[in-house]
Amino acid sequence: MPGRPRTTPTRTTTPHYRGATGPSADALDVDALLADPGTQIVVCCGSGGVGKTTTSAALALRAAEQGRRVCVLTIDPARRLAQSMGLTELDNVPRPVAGVEGPGRLDAMMLDMKRTFDEVVEAHASADKARQILANPFYQALSSSFAGTQEYMAMEKLGQLHGEAAEHEDGWDLIVVDTPPSRSALDFLDAPERLSSLLDGRFIRLMLAPAKGPARLFGAGFGVITSMMNKLLGAQVLTDVQTFVAAFDTLFGGFRQRSEQTYALLQDPRTAFLVVAAPEASAMREASYFVERLAAERMPLAGLVVNRVSRTAVDDLGADEAAAASRRLAGGDATSTLAAELLCVHAERAQVREREERLVRRFRASHPTVPSARVAALATDVHDLDGLRIVGDLLAGRA
Amino acid sequence: MGATTQLHVVTGKGGTGKTTVAAALAIALADQGQRVLLCEVEGRQGIAQLFDVPPLPYEERRIASGLGGGQVHALAIDPEAALLEYLDMYYHLGRAGKLLDRFGVVDFATTIAPGVRDVLLTGKAYEAARRKEDGRFVYDAVVMDAPPTGRITRFLNVNAEVAGLAKVGPVRKQADAIMDMLHSDTSRVHLVTVLEEMPVQETLDGVTELRLAGLPVGHVLVNLVRPALLSEASQQLLGTDGVEQAVADALEPSGVDAGHAPALVEEGHAHVARQHLQDAQHVLLDDADVPVHDLPWLSEGVDLGALFELAQTLRDGKVV
Repeated sequence: MPGRPRTTPTRTTTPHYRGATGPSADALDVDALLADPGTQIVVCCGSGGVGKTTTSAALALRAAEQGRRVCVLTIDPARRLAQSMGLTELDNVPRPVAGVEGPGRLDAMMLDMKRTFDEVVEAHASADKARQILANPFYQALSSSFAGTQEYMAMEKLGQLHGEAAEHEDGWDLIVVDTPPSRSALDFLDAPERLSSLLDGRFIRLMLAPAKGPARLFGAGFGVITSMMNKLLGAQVLTDVQTFVAAFDTLFGGFRQRSEQTYALLQDPRTAFLVVAAPEASAMREASYFVERLAAERMPLAGLVVNRVSRTAVDDLGADEAAAASRRLAGGDATSTLAAELLCVHAERAQVREREERLVRRFRASHPTVPSARVAALATDVHDLDGLRIVGDLLAGRA
Repeated sequence: MGATTQLHVVTGKGGTGKTTVAAALAIALADQGQRVLLCEVEGRQGIAQLFDVPPLPYEERRIASGLGGGQVHALAIDPEAALLEYLDMYYHLGRAGKLLDRFGVVDFATTIAPGVRDVLLTGKAYEAARRKEDGRFVYDAVVMDAPPTGRITRFLNVNAEVAGLAKVGPVRKQADAIMDMLHSDTSRVHLVTVLEEMPVQETLDGVTELRLAGLPVGHVLVNLVRPALLSEASQQLLGTDGVEQAVADALEPSGVDAGHAPALVEEGHAHVARQHLQDAQHVLLDDADVPVHDLPWLSEGVDLGALFELAQTLRDGKVV
């Protein structure tokens, strides 16, 4: 479906309010979003290198410190950030984060895609079959290196966490999800569908055919296909795949069903997508594309977060004006030189700011209904809870 | 057409400008009169966007000319098209190829058959690098805009990837030939980074991983290096008492409101802090026993003109 921009879906309670100190009307009100009990899942998506993981962690911490019971699922956090959140044990279950202040609580986990896949197999196949599948070379390669497995397992884990949250009285009331650094930011939407349609698709039925009935049902094509596959990949591969498929047969339906459930969960009005971008042409282009895609898929978009935005300390001194003024001071004494150089520093910053603002303006013009938040660039990387709190303040426009 | 074809693989963490640097590298080679193929493998159409041309098909087409009479051709490698082309090339499969497609075999092989996708992507670059016309190589160089640093070693180590699967067969044979090329003198893997903690750490890890896998590391290309705008003397002056008043007085002849002085001083301090952070990250790279080359940050952003500017610094730095 072509991405025709739509208005953001109606939420149970309105996420926008205009407080005296709060953000302006077209701004994304992060605090209202996090405080709304109707917000149960927040998905942070965007292209690689824009700060999705940090944004997810900062949102989760802020929500917890404002009283929510939060679980954050991160994909591949920077080492020091992971350590600061106690993510040193890779056991694929959420662990409480120490040092959270205030009434709520925060659990965090880092996705282990192979383990998640293994657990799905173990949970849905008999012990005997599970052993057979886990030992299969084709399964091992599929679960550890298929380009879409990480995306698929991120969504699988989200489904699991969401199910778990509903089971306990004091379970999580908010799950924040980071998405994998994919080739394209859309992969995590496509991978589940893609993998499940492959797993119970035509090719797999073809593979199962020799075990189930006469191959001639497929017509003359079958022999050509298997002989091609053997030529191409070697006979061993086909045997591995056939063994895998035979053992996996009963699980296919379940995979498809869960994938459909996750898809429905993502469309649920209790889910809020945040598209994360950096103020660069390629990241903003990807963000535009993503916003349109979410609309087409009828997935609830809460807004755009633009990270690492440049700021100037003087707003009404333009780049050109500063550069011209700097030239007028050239050749003076030491203080004059300092002033001239400071004007150059400002001219550089102002120029970047003007370019970034152009990009954001262009995005707004093409997506006028999408609220946005801008997070000023920090001098250093974030690797502790204090850093995350600063990012949280910036996200909420309260820094 | 040259006597050998050099393969330049360009990787880097997302957001560091990997595609920009790969394109600049291709132009730098074309500036030396070479015939270059610039290819991308991730289906992002980053090259088309950078050169402001319509999306690239699975077909080599010229997108730029170098100053020295060379040419840059571009190709977006699509694994499905590469598989069908490969089957046709080796098995002369016209109709049978379509049959494979109809049964979902192409989809299977290019998405979930582990490792096959990467063999197809690197395999196409290999084919282009080895292609000959009239006894000479068609391209002097192939530049690949490759997957990000976190995945590059696995991506290039195609042999290991398919090892658990195809023990015989043409895919395996193809993987072996690709490995030979990647391990030879004619290949280089360049890592693009910016001077921030995470990308620098990932780059250092990437260099170690590549070397462990026996893959030839070329240059670390440091992108978006910001120039120091404050001289040593100015930095010292910035730290003295009463600097705000002194700057306010000095601003007088410039026509800028003296009231801006405190803000300008604040920006000056931020600038110094940023340069220090940049320098500290640079030291980590300098200590890593790998050639490092800086590419300047361009305040206007990246357009075709900027690519030629970056290409020039790559030539000046003898990266190519």
